[in-house]
Amino acid sequence: MNFDFSEDQKFLAGEARKFLSAQCTTAHVREVLNDKAKSHHEGVWKQVVEMGWLGTAIPEEYGGLGLGMLEMCVIAEEMGRALAPVPFASTAYFFAEALKIAGSEAQKSDILPKVVSGEVVGCYASSEGPGNPDPAKLSTSFDGSKVSGTKIPVTDGDIATHAIVLAKEGAGASLVLVDLNGPGVTRTPVETLEPTRSHAEIKFDGAPGQRIGEAGAGGDLHDALLNRAAVLLAFEQLGGADRCLEMATDFAKERYAFGRPIGGNQAIKHKLAEMYVKNQVARSNCYYGAWALSTDAAELPEAAAASRLAASEAYWFASKENIQTHGGMGFTWEVDCHLFYRRAKLLAVQAGSPKVWKEKLVSALERKNAA
Amino acid sequence: MDFNDTPEEAEFRKEARAFLEKHLKLKDGAGGRHRSSDDFLKRAKAWQKTKAEGGFAQITWPKEWGGRGGTAMQQVIWNQEEAKFDAPVGPFAIGLGMCVPTVIAFGSDEHKKRYVEKALRGEEIWCQLFSEPAAGSDVAGVKTRAIKDGDEWVINGQKVWTTGAHFSDYGILLTRTDPKAPKHKGLTMFIVDMHQKGVEAKPIHQASGGREFNEVYFTDVRIPDSDRLGEVGAGWKVALVTLMNERLAVGGSPGPDWKEIMDYARGTGSLTDQAFREKLADWYVAAQGYNLTKFRTQTALSRGETPGPENSIGKIITANQLQDICNSAIEMQDHFGIMTDSETMPSNALFQQSFMWAPGLRIAGGTDEILKNIIAERVLGLPQDVRVDKDVPFESLKQG
Repeated sequence: MNFDFSEDQKFLAGEARKFLSAQCTTAHVREVLNDKAKSHHEGVWKQVVEMGWLGTAIPEEYGGLGLGMLEMCVIAEEMGRALAPVPFASTAYFFAEALKIAGSEAQKSDILPKVVSGEVVGCYASSEGPGNPDPAKLSTSFDGSKVSGTKIPVTDGDIATHAIVLAKEGAGASLVLVDLNGPGVTRTPVETLEPTRSHAEIKFDGAPGQRIGEAGAGGDLHDALLNRAAVLLAFEQLGGADRCLEMATDFAKERYAFGRPIGGNQAIKHKLAEMYVKNQVARSNCYYGAWALSTDAAELPEAAAASRLAASEAYWFASKENIQTHGGMGFTWEVDCHLFYRRAKLLAVQAGSPKVWKEKLVSALERKNAA
Repeated sequence: MDFNDTPEEAEFRKEARAFLEKHLKLKDGAGGRHRSSDDFLKRAKAWQKTKAEGGFAQITWPKEWGGRGGTAMQQVIWNQEEAKFDAPVGPFAIGLGMCVPTVIAFGSDEHKKRYVEKALRGEEIWCQLFSEPAAGSDVAGVKTRAIKDGDEWVINGQKVWTTGAHFSDYGILLTRTDPKAPKHKGLTMFIVDMHQKGVEAKPIHQASGGREFNEVYFTDVRIPDSDRLGEVGAGWKVALVTLMNERLAVGGSPGPDWKEIMDYARGTGSLTDQAFREKLADWYVAAQGYNLTKFRTQTALSRGETPGPENSIGKIITANQLQDICNSAIEMQDHFGIMTDSETMPSNALFQQSFMWAPGLRIAGGTDEILKNIIAERVLGLPQDVRVDKDVPFESLKQG
């Protein structure tokens, strides 16, 4: 039984935490929060690129570090914990992973080294309006060379250089790579309840694009990509949820009311114990997701769904009850609680809401039981 | 990351497996759960003796006590393998898991010589006599009185929820020896012979209908001072050693899980119900969360490390989930779900039986509330509850 990260992977996590706790504090996060003109933190992003984190799970032949998905998971946990206000997830978990699983040799050789160097910032454009995008009912279309339609919201859509677009092609769907600085692309930033991560509406009007993977394979590739991204996002959620538990616990020990720390009251103690239980359920499910992701296991669909569901629930509970534990202070702009509350919600819906993933999970269990 | 044994672990598993195959049959899936019949006890004693002779009885105990001198991971592997067989286990869990380790920690050399090996070989069964009608979660509030009389102590009082008292030979007994001292300071622990005059075990008629637990009455029972464990007035310190082992022992929950209700729902068409599917997903995630957390604990054991506190989440999850799953299964059956005849009902009425068993599981071995307090205080380091009984003579505490 070896259901834990290795010493090397833990060392990497420790180094990432050391860097982020010095160079990506909530003061850095607030620079983005408080300035509408800022889409992300350029200083943090520059350093993340320089350290090569974007290439963690990209093979050396494409300029990456050639480590693996387990290393990516430990970095994701630290990025989530630090609320890193940078387009890391969009570029690494979605854009680069899509190229890795479906790109041609030429596409990978061309683009992946530029992802590692920071020249290419990626995003994934799937949502078109309220509800989870259904690959069978898309309005954005691809005719084999050009994309037309509107995607909203696209995380990091305003700062990305390239997008992978889920578009209708013929009777099916395809993934299409589009240069967002090319012709036929109009981008408009949109305001969201999580301003430390930027979002845009992207209008494609005959924008040139090249297919990633087979024509009509977009639906399956979309699912496969989301299974991979879900595990990595779950680690970000886990990092955030654990940070909320620490904040709430620290505050409950220091805040006095009625002559003693509020953390001596069972209403608070039990709330925080429940938070701990949910975070442990999330951590264990995340580890299983990490194992499935790193070994391309047949169990990935249910493992990804379970890690995403457990982590979404843990972060939701931890972020809302962290505010509650802080009382009135927790509802002020200056105290950091709301930063986690905002991020928790973004991460919970960014790749499909819990409702969507519950259905995916039960469908996967049904397939497994039928087999 | 992987789920494989190390070569040494694989070797031990092979050895354990060979021993089990030689002596037992694999489970056929129909194993009953409420087993306290004489025949079961006889089989359990025989199996315990066989295990002891094979060196598999208490794997982590040192060899001088009849153990194997093995690792915690080997014990985990043994438990995993033994669980696959129709092994008559259970009656020795409390004795060997909690009582005898307490005797080893606090008993005299004579005690150890007299009791340890016999317990290990299944020749004598032990029970734990702590809880009382007015001392459950607050177990230090016991009132069973021990009064010194020459070289003996005279015991009067009542214990409750004592598992296996009616078939036990010995027990460890927590008593109050000084009512003028504050609650935790006036306690003393003894070894008690359960067959002597004045000890009477009566089964409790539980809310579930079963009678697995007991009340035990002590009327002028005499215990020699030489059978005291620890100092006079240090009973709480002794009890903590016993209790430390309890919450590890009460963990797994017998009863239907997400898979069983999913199978049942498929048969009835409920599996297409969206609300049910969402609940099923929640149960799967929580059950996986618990099972995978055990893997994390085993990883620490396998590496020879001390496991973290994450295992403390176990019973909170499993007991509540069992109750919730049974409730849903009954509601899924609508009015029919109220019936309990095992011939008529789906899954041999297992959902109905466990529905009535689940409330007890949320209480036994630490209530949900106490377990949350433990996580809050020992894991998160939050302050203890306000204690109005601190530094107050036990006899002047308010009661009710």
